[in-house]
Amino acid sequence: MNIVNFTPVSALTGGLLIGLSVILFFILNGRMTGISGIASNFLISKDNRIDNLLFLVGLIFGLLIYSYFTSQKIEISITNSLFLLIGGGLLVGLGTKISGGCTSGHGISGISRFSLRSIIATMTFMIVGILTVLITNIL
Amino acid sequence: MNKIVSLFCGIIFGIGLVISEMINPAKVLGFLNLFGEWDPSLAFVMIGALVVATPLFHLFKNKEKPIFSSSFSISNKKEIDKKLIIGSILFGAGWGLVGLCPGPAITSIALLNMSSVTFVIAMFVGFYIAKLS
Repeated sequence: MNIVNFTPVSALTGGLLIGLSVILFFILNGRMTGISGIASNFLISKDNRIDNLLFLVGLIFGLLIYSYFTSQKIEISITNSLFLLIGGGLLVGLGTKISGGCTSGHGISGISRFSLRSIIATMTFMIVGILTVLITNIL
Repeated sequence: MNKIVSLFCGIIFGIGLVISEMINPAKVLGFLNLFGEWDPSLAFVMIGALVVATPLFHLFKNKEKPIFSSSFSISNKKEIDKKLIIGSILFGAGWGLVGLCPGPAITSIALLNMSSVTFVIAMFVGFYIAKLS
């Protein structure tokens, strides 16, 4: 193991904001944040549909607002083939819907309330994610 | 008021994902590359979020009701079942292949990057297929 590109300050700052968002959503609206749940319920369920849509729009606005006020150009790099993008997206959609949560729903909201289910889910997807990267690197 | 809160919480969450660079799949794949060139940043994002959310959740969970809603809605599922494990395995595989999970994927729509938009569409198809089954 060799540590590279580590950005602890921005990671922690961003994490604190995410935690703030999660706790405000809970104290004010009474809901635990899980983006896969918000997104899939927006698609599937009539309950809270507008709230769910507004949360998703908020995510997108968040990036635009940050970029506008800091004049920072935000860039991401995705190098996957079209086949892998579609396959990966399908797996993430299926998997989070079947297990009832993602990095936010299980990893943050679930762990913050000490849910054993979420702790096991988080360990499982992290281990499988690490193994997937390991295998991809070998192939 | 609920709707304004939803939008506002989405914005704060999105800014958090941008500042922490979690919207960049290369950064997330760096974290999952534990046995190679490892970037521990994602762990610090989770620590930051949990440091805020955990104590405040336990402080407020016994309140009668949330401020702008009639009741708290918290999952009461406890079972560690096949669905939890299989779903988490599928999610972990997709996450490890591309480096995007739902929050960053949706936030990155703002960049109009065709790859991430393709991923998001496939993800929504995945939600729908899971609902049918």
